[in-house]
Amino acid sequence: MSRVIIINIIRFFVLVFLQVFLLKNITLYNLSTPYLYILFILLLPFEIPNVLLFLLAFILGLTVDAFYNTPGLHAAACVLLALVRVLFISITVQKDGFDNEPEPTLSLMGFRWFFTYAVILTLFHHFFLFNLEVFRLSEIQYTLTRVVLSTAFTLFLMLMSGLLFYRRKERK
Amino acid sequence: MRNLLIFITKYNAFFLFVIFEISALVIYVKYNSFQKATFINSTNNVTSALYTRISELNSYLSLKEVNDNLVRENAALRNQLKTSFYIDTITKRAVIDTTYKQQYQFISAKVIANSVNLRNNYITINMGSNAGITKGMGVISNDGVVGKVLFVSPHYSVVQSLLHKETVISAMLADTKDQGSFKWVDNLDPHTGLLADVSNSAKPRLGEWVVTSDASLFPAGVRIGTISNLHSTKGDGLFLNVDVKLSVDFSKLQYVYVIYNKFAIEQTGLEAQEKKDE
Repeated sequence: MSRVIIINIIRFFVLVFLQVFLLKNITLYNLSTPYLYILFILLLPFEIPNVLLFLLAFILGLTVDAFYNTPGLHAAACVLLALVRVLFISITVQKDGFDNEPEPTLSLMGFRWFFTYAVILTLFHHFFLFNLEVFRLSEIQYTLTRVVLSTAFTLFLMLMSGLLFYRRKERK
Repeated sequence: MRNLLIFITKYNAFFLFVIFEISALVIYVKYNSFQKATFINSTNNVTSALYTRISELNSYLSLKEVNDNLVRENAALRNQLKTSFYIDTITKRAVIDTTYKQQYQFISAKVIANSVNLRNNYITINMGSNAGITKGMGVISNDGVVGKVLFVSPHYSVVQSLLHKETVISAMLADTKDQGSFKWVDNLDPHTGLLADVSNSAKPRLGEWVVTSDASLFPAGVRIGTISNLHSTKGDGLFLNVDVKLSVDFSKLQYVYVIYNKFAIEQTGLEAQEKKDE
């Protein structure tokens, strides 16, 4: 239990640092910007109570906002992400079959499930984030291109980090 | 009542979502429409301290470029010194010239955080109200216009970059003085902008300088960029739109100057009065 908490706290700080000091400066062709920090919400354990999940998403969003000078923008997108996560997990995963607090990682859930999970959640987050930031229907075509390409970039980084910390299945 | 409680606990995710989403949006809208200085930005203690550390590390990587820039600027300033002119009158006397009164003063500051790839970009600098900076002052670098000050804390300020959805600067063509308004358009290219609403009788040419006009908050004639395309596809309206290649490379910005206009209060006071009379 305490191990899970410590791992998540470390993950929170590492991801925020990575996002704010490294990935903030990266764009490909003015189109593709990665937002890897949402991996923190994706990897929270299955059994987490909803209150805590939404609260953590909100705090994570505000932390990133403080560095991006956009208070509320990332927080709103992260809270939406948390809702999509709850819905997705309640549809695809059977709740009772778990012991010792598993997390939805690549190594535990397999490639197919994790990939779908990451694609859908990232798309929702990026779509909401970019549109709320631009807030103009006249630029919608350009914004959608950015959403799709940024999702691809973020996904690439997510899968990379998933493979980096890949462990053989330890399911009993 | 009991049924209501059961209903709420059953769908608690949705209600939690509504609560948090609304609070996030309230923060977002408030910050944007009233431009209130909240503590959730890069002028607060934690974020600014972290940004300062990282920028110290980063600044070593660009020392060479900063030095080159300083040398170039020094040479330009040295050219204007009295000692570098050949004096061809024989008598020499000192004259205290009272026809000129200094209007603009420049406060130098270092960029500690910057972004170029968002729809709305902000720059954080390491000078604040203690150095005399207030909201709304113009910011330039030695290459040209950078933006205007949005928030101030005692030691830091946030600058709304030229690369921002809401930045509009009154600009003109350097040679013919035709006025227009400069903005950053939707393709998120940190090297180009748009000079819109130039009168149709104007004859701009490729490579001509676009500079700030007298009606802007900058001194007249500060460079913005050069014209790179005479018939821009962006922008709308019946007037002439031209693409502008920005003279400032925002991704390499290290040092900036904040412009203190000594007559700003007098001018804005007068203009406010005019509005009241209407």
